[in-house]
Order: sequence, then structure tokens, then C-alpha cells
Amino acid sequence: MNEDMENDENFEKKDKTVVLPGDSIIESMEYLPGRNCFREGNSIISKRLGLAHFKGHVIEVVPLSGMYVPEVGDMVIGEVAEVQHAGWVIDINSPYQAFLPLSGVAEFIDPAKTDMAKIYRKGDVIYGKILLVSPAKSIHISMQAPKTRKFTGGRILSISPVKVPRLIGKQGSMINLIKDKTGCMISVGQNGLIWLQGENEELAANAINEIEKKSHVEGLTDHIEKMLSRK
Amino acid sequence: MNVQKQYIFSLVSNKKRMDNRSLDEFRKVVVENNPIEQAEGSATVTMGDTKVLVGVKLAVGTPFPDTPNEGVLMVGAELSPMAHPDFETGPPGEIAIELARIVDRGIRESHAIDTEKLCIKKGEKVWMVFVDIQPLNHAGNLIDASGLAAIAALINTRMPKLDEDGKIIYEEKTSESLPLKDVPIPITLAKINGHLVVDPDVEEEDAMSCRITISTNSEGNVCAIQKGGSSDLSMEEFEKAMELSLRKGKELRKHLKHHSIKE
Amino acid sequence: MSEGKRMDGRDFHDIRPIEMKVGVLKNANGSALVSLGKTRALAAVYGPRELHPKHLQNNERAVLNCIYTMAPFSTSDRVRPGPNRRSTEISKVTRECLEPALFLEDFPRTVIDVYIVIIQANAGTRTAGINAASLALADAGIQMRDLVTSVAAGKLNGHYALDLMGKEEEETDCDLPIAYMPRLKKLTLMQMDGNMPPADVKGVINLAIKGCEKLYDLQRKALLERWSKEVLE
Repeated sequence: MNEDMENDENFEKKDKTVVLPGDSIIESMEYLPGRNCFREGNSIISKRLGLAHFKGHVIEVVPLSGMYVPEVGDMVIGEVAEVQHAGWVIDINSPYQAFLPLSGVAEFIDPAKTDMAKIYRKGDVIYGKILLVSPAKSIHISMQAPKTRKFTGGRILSISPVKVPRLIGKQGSMINLIKDKTGCMISVGQNGLIWLQGENEELAANAINEIEKKSHVEGLTDHIEKMLSRK
Repeated sequence: MNVQKQYIFSLVSNKKRMDNRSLDEFRKVVVENNPIEQAEGSATVTMGDTKVLVGVKLAVGTPFPDTPNEGVLMVGAELSPMAHPDFETGPPGEIAIELARIVDRGIRESHAIDTEKLCIKKGEKVWMVFVDIQPLNHAGNLIDASGLAAIAALINTRMPKLDEDGKIIYEEKTSESLPLKDVPIPITLAKINGHLVVDPDVEEEDAMSCRITISTNSEGNVCAIQKGGSSDLSMEEFEKAMELSLRKGKELRKHLKHHSIKE
Repeated sequence: MSEGKRMDGRDFHDIRPIEMKVGVLKNANGSALVSLGKTRALAAVYGPRELHPKHLQNNERAVLNCIYTMAPFSTSDRVRPGPNRRSTEISKVTRECLEPALFLEDFPRTVIDVYIVIIQANAGTRTAGINAASLALADAGIQMRDLVTSVAAGKLNGHYALDLMGKEEEETDCDLPIAYMPRLKKLTLMQMDGNMPPADVKGVINLAIKGCEKLYDLQRKALLERWSKEVLE
């Protein structure tokens, strides 16, 4: 009983606090190291700068900064960096460049008869789905999933990838709020890139930048709603 | 990014920009004087998110044979990879070299430094002035930020003491300023979709077809010109660029204090 | 220099006035500025990012690339820009002192670039650079086992002395910079110029380790200051 109470104290102390690489988050065999943590002896230690997060018996560190790490199923916005004969190299603002193979494109393509650049050329911006992340960190993208597209018109914004969940909100509540109030089409990439187009582009862009700046503030949704209603 | 380029093109056609500036407006400019106390003179200029640090060092050396009674000016720039993800380590490439030479040209051609006053012993000993440009963060328009920082650093420069043998005692600065009689300022205009834009940021630089940098002095004379980029410019566009660079040069000069600057 | 104090009035176990600031450059993924007295080092980290050319990639881990340079105006006599033998050696030992602290295995085939620029120099430049680099790596969210701290120590007038400044380098019996992982209590950089019996070497190193522990507290403070603001805002 005593040990549990002691752990509860630590729980309150450390959950949701900023931790540094090498910081011991808790000394207990009751917890498991999750994302960005490791166990050393009795302690669970943070691997990086971030927010300690207690999820039941698992402790993880939520990054406050850092690059986007691709995960299968993520929708990302990328720029075509190179046209090759078997596909396209896509820059997705991540430690690893992604590849869009021929098989990942909607139409049937005969490379001998097609000018690949006519489909996607260097500089094109696409909304694709991460299909594969191999153990060696080869990243493949598909343009066959629903919602994938090549963007024409509109503009691109960039925010820190760690803020994307806040921008989307619980079940899309935040991003839908912005879409409704501004009438803009908005596509959010998990890698921190955002495409938008519409009448009130500027208002939407301002709201997105505000969310990035104040992502940890309580009552952010209300604040953004007020901001968008003021117009 | 094609999408972003197109977006900037259409904005500029409507005389707008992504950060709401007008086409002839500078981002916020801040000049910090003497951040490097150990240098003979220094300045940091921030233009929006662009940040450039310039340091001035003085040394005693031999003059060039064709100018035996004149001090020597050398301007260098190094685009450290810390300033932008696309910069690479290595000796200065053509962009760094062009940047240094543009800033040099403005200072040299305006005769801003009174090089004859830098003569210690004719034919034998003169002051050498080294201006080193160190961009810390590249967010567009390195040329104008570097040019402003360079002249600010020169204004801040104080001559070090010489001992009886004519060797420099760096730890002891005198209150004597570097003999400076003008304040040249380079202003760069980016041509985007047929319009001239002042103080381009990084995305605007990607979208521009060419740029023209014009350095003007306190008198209102043009003392250096450099066109960059492979597209073309009409005479009409150039005249507009000249007018803009005179006007904007005056504006930037207000960040500095020097006797040559007329109110 | 009087018996109990040094040229600048410090006690023998004092480090010069220290300033640490994290997140000073916008483009870099992580950055920091560290001052030890008049010595000022700026560090920027980019990565992990794709490493080109491909043949330099390591399939098992990230490659750490460290470049130390001195701004030409950082020293009394101007330094010619570009790498030289000294900066090449310092780049190497800096890389080797940071590597043990990083989880390089987490990012195969990539590179983590660390750029250190000394903007003002008055001895202890490599140590200031290492402190700044460690902060910049943490700021960038790189996975690390521990932070890395660094300070130099020597022997002045019979006293073990911490953080030698410019003029003291001429007087000291030895100049011994170290880098130290404070949580793991491990040394990752050791260099020495001097001529001293082993007992003294031990004494100097132990003093340097104490200095590193002090710097660790300041590093933590600087990182927490920068990032707690983000969270509390």
C-alpha cells in the first residue's frame, strides 16, 4: 500500500512535466518504458527533450520538438524532389526521403511509353499516404488511397510536426472548426505541412499559426473560435 | 514548391505578400552594435528572421604597390551551414563570393573609408581593414542585411593602440574611429512576376526570376550595381529599381549614426 | 596575480561568468549560445537528415558530423577563414565526445550535423563549443543517453585551477580540457598539454569534473527555461 502511495506522489510530480535527455522519470519496476524512454536498472529514463506522459503503466515522452518520423497510414504533404524511371523521390520533411513507386499511382503506367514528368514533375506538391516503412527505414508512398491528390493553387503552410495533433483536435474538432468558419479547403499532413485554399485563406492561416504558438494553452478551442468569429 | 511559387505570383500581381507587407516594405530591421567586444568593430543586423553578424579586424601590413599611401580593405563572407539547411561546408562558393564582392563594391566605390588616412608609413606600413560577414540565419535578403551590418560594424570600429615598435596592442582600443566619410547601403529588388519587390524572404527568392542590387551613398549617388539571376530586366524596371534603392537606402540609414548622414 | 586570487579576481575553483541560451537560431533544428567569460560559442544542429552521398551512409546508425570553426574576427590576430589543422582536430575530438551520448542506432542511414562557430575567443573555446553542441542536440529533440558538459582545468601557482582564461594559458603547468557525461559519470574527451606528475593530473581532472557538474545544472536550467515557457504559455 505504501509503495503505491509513493508512486502516486511521483506520478503527480512527473506526469506532464518537461523532461530532458537522461532524466530519470521514475524509479519503479511497476512501469514500462514506452516511446522515447528506456529502462536502466530501476529507473525509467527519458531519451529526449519532451513532456513525460503516464499512460497507465507505460511512461512515454511526447516530443516538444524534432523531425517528423513517418508511420504507416499517415497522410503527408510532400514535394517531388526527383523524377526517376521507376517512380518519384518525395521530400516529406523527415530524416528519410520517401519514394512514390509506379505501383503507387492511380493509373496503369507503362514507363516505356510515358513521360514520368507529365504525371508528377519536380516541385509538384502532393498529398499522399505512407504505405510502407521498412526496418531499414525505406519509406513508400501511395497515391491510390482516398483523399490523395496533387495540389494546384492554394498555398502551403508549415508548422512543427509535434503540433499537428493539436491542430487536428479530438476527432478533427479543431481543424473542422477552422474549415467551417473560413470556408477553406484544408489538407493537413502529419509531417507538419498544410495546404489550404479558399476565400478566407488569410484568416485560416492566422488561426493555424496561432494554434502552433499556443498549442499547450487551456481553452484553445474557444480562443480560436472567438478569433475566427471576429473576422 | 510549385504551389507556393504560384501563390506568391498571384499575391504579387495584387500587390500583396504572404506576411502582409507591401511590395516596397522592409521586414523589421534591428541593428545591434558591438556584440563582439573583442573585435575592433562589429554589428548584428536582423531583417525579419534573417540574422547577419559582421566583425571588423585591423592589422598592419604592406600596401599594394600601385597604392603605396593607402590602407587596404578586404571583405569576405562565409555561408556557414548553420544558417540554412541547404548550405554546405567547404570553401566559399559563388554565392558567398558574390555576396562579399557586392558589399565590398559599395564600400570601395563610394570611398567610404578614407584609405589615405590609413597610411602609417608610405610604401611600407598601412592599416589593413578586414570585414568578415557571417550570416547566422538565412531567411532571405542576405545581401542587404550583410551590407547594412558591414557599414554598421565599420562605423563602430575603433583603432587599436600601436606600441613603440609599431605592433598592435589589441587589448587597448583608442577612442579614434576608423576614418569613414560615407555610409553606402545596398538595396536588393527581386523581380517576381514582372513586379519589383523589396527585401525578399526565402520563398520570394525561390519565386523570383532575377534580382538587382543597387548601392547608394549618403549623397544620393549610385556607387555600385549588381544584377543577379538569369532572367532579364527592362530599362523601365531598372529606373524603378534605382528610385526604390535610393528611397529604401535612406530609410535603412536611419538605423545608423554617422556625421555623413544628412537628416 | 596575488596568492589567493587570479588575474580576473576569481577563486581557483571558479568558472568565469557563464551564460547559456537555447533556441537562438530559427532555421536550425536545435541551437544554443554559450559564453564562458569572453569566450562565446554558437552551435547549430540539423538532423537527423538524409546523408548524401549514399556511400557514406551507415546502415546501422546515424553518422554524426561535427564541424568546429572560428569566425575570423573572434581572435585578437584575425584567423584566416577555412579549416586548419587545429580546427580539424577539434572537430574530430568534439564529434568523438558527443557520440557516446547519442542514440545513433535510432536513425540508420542519416546524418546529424553539428556546426560550432566560435564568435569570440578567449581560451576554452572547444569546451564552450561542446557545451553549446550538447544543448543544441537536446534542443533539436535528438535521442540522448545523457547531456555532455565540458570544461578545462590546469595548475596555477601551485593551485589546481578551473576554466583557464587567455592569459592564464601561458602561466599554467597544464591545460587539461575534459568532456563529461554527468549522469553516467563518464569521460568522453580528454586532452592535455603540460608536464605534471600523475597525482597532479588526477587532481586537475577531479576539479574539472566538479566544474562539469556545475555546468550540467546550468545546461538543465537553460533547456527547461526555453521549453517550460512553450508549455506554460
